[in-house]
Amino acid sequence: MTLTMNDKPNLRVLIVEDEPGDARLMQLALRKCGFAIEMSVAGDGVDALRMLRREGERYRLAPRPDLILLDLKMPGQSGLGFLEAVKQDECLRAIPVVIVTTSMLDADVLASYRAGAAGYVPKSTDINEFIAAINILGQYWFRLARLPLNRD
Amino acid sequence: MNAATQRLTILLVEDEPADAHLVKTALSENHILADLRHVVDGRDALEYLRRQGPRFAGAPRPDLILLDLNMPRMDGRECLSALKQDPHLSDIPVVVLTTSEVERDVLASYTLGAAGFITKPMDVLKFMAAIRDLGVYWFDLVRLPRQE
Repeated sequence: MTLTMNDKPNLRVLIVEDEPGDARLMQLALRKCGFAIEMSVAGDGVDALRMLRREGERYRLAPRPDLILLDLKMPGQSGLGFLEAVKQDECLRAIPVVIVTTSMLDADVLASYRAGAAGYVPKSTDINEFIAAINILGQYWFRLARLPLNRD
Repeated sequence: MNAATQRLTILLVEDEPADAHLVKTALSENHILADLRHVVDGRDALEYLRRQGPRFAGAPRPDLILLDLNMPRMDGRECLSALKQDPHLSDIPVVVLTTSEVERDVLASYTLGAAGFITKPMDVLKFMAAIRDLGVYWFDLVRLPRQE
């Protein structure tokens, strides 16, 4: 099956972010850039894994995302732990995970790529810079690259 | 951001001379100041990355790999699989750049650890724009791993 740009179904993005304000900002930025995508939010890695694995009544019909945007610093399971769990799960590992974080530590960057991250985007505290960054991210993942479509 | 502070190295794994030339042209047209290294198949790519043989002694470690899928000797899938299983190489992002539009190739590439799957546009101007967008994401936006 070959899908062209025009008949591509809406892409789905899962935002894994513990700060509700930051999650809202991410959704706002993605919407402002005009990408035709559906978004869902998980507040931590454990919840995100339940959603991805459709565990429990709440997530029984949760749609599988085409891309995951992950904050590194979260309570409970760290972002890195979540990334490792996704990349070790045969059913989930094809989903690209892009880190979006305020952490600038070289060790975090290296560990993220080793664990299978598909990009490490510094999170700017300036709203306009943040939106510009999300626009570049979106151009790459939603317009240029082809994502694996998990339409099960 | 990254590009301003250091010159990045790209390893292009591509058996078609015309396509390799197009990538080189697109990088310079878009003012992406990268040190572009070129090998023609997966086996050469692994030898380059592991600095095997006199040809690749002292070869700079790439910051990004652009990988074609269909090549003689060792194809892109096998090469991607081998380098993602090598703990010394697994952190280098690999973007698949191919003429393939097959959904199965997309899924297989991401499953093996690709950080993007880009179908080469047939149109030259679109090809230039694709390399520009790729460059903006990897060289202006994201932080790349740095080996200490």
